[in-house]
Amino acid sequence: MFLARRSFPVMRLDSFRRDLDRLLNDFRTGFGDLWSSDEHVLPALNIWDDGQQLCAEAEVPGFKMDEIEVSVMGNQLTIKGRRESSAEEGTTFHRRERRTGEFMRTLTLPVDVDAEAVEATLKDGVLTVVMAKAKAALARKITVKSA
Amino acid sequence: MNTNAAIEKRESRAPEVEPTHGGRSYIPTVDIIEGKQELLLVADVPGAQAGDIDIDYERGRLTIQARVQPRQPEDRTQYVLHEYGVGDFCRSFEVGEGIDSEKMHAEIANGVLTLHLPKATELQPRRIAVTAIK
Repeated sequence: MFLARRSFPVMRLDSFRRDLDRLLNDFRTGFGDLWSSDEHVLPALNIWDDGQQLCAEAEVPGFKMDEIEVSVMGNQLTIKGRRESSAEEGTTFHRRERRTGEFMRTLTLPVDVDAEAVEATLKDGVLTVVMAKAKAALARKITVKSA
Repeated sequence: MNTNAAIEKRESRAPEVEPTHGGRSYIPTVDIIEGKQELLLVADVPGAQAGDIDIDYERGRLTIQARVQPRQPEDRTQYVLHEYGVGDFCRSFEVGEGIDSEKMHAEIANGVLTLHLPKATELQPRRIAVTAIK
């Protein structure tokens, strides 16, 4: 579920492109340092087109409301957050699979969205961002009148 | 009592639990943390609430199941990016001796389930109630 940092623009992913992304991601994480997945906890995202708006969803269990930041500019969506470790002093981990730390993902959306009309909600560890498409990006029906 | 070995080593013997209904089933990521009085099992189950969780403990086998309904109609949604699926979570653990099953309890908040396994000696089968924190 957690992926290495990607800066590829968001497009419809056919399987070839998906494989290509995976190849390039593996290439990057293989080089440790810059792209180490230990430094950043990057949740997976789902984004879909709902006609008048774009919706983005991420599973962020354990993240508090004030630890998540969502910002929108033009056709860029940025999600930042941080999750603290749940262990207290004097305890030891016997198994540790849940990533903790900071993350940031910036995605390029297929259309511009109206930054004034973005709503983000967090419920049961699921972050949902609803972005109204910019007026210029909406298809407009043109009525044909007879001359 | 080496509770650590009890949880770690024996889990791999548990067979995969297969869903009987359609839809995907996922394995939640967990942390297992040992404190002085208890073992904590923390699982990420985003999208699930207290009423969606079943925790069963029988003959040393602890099974956690979280029912999660799909949030989007999968076949009709126009995905631009689709990196993960939504479905139930299920995972089993073999809990060794050294846990007082009578005193196990669990809570869930923000999609994170925390199961408390107090250390003791008796092993008994029972159901564990889950409370919601709000």
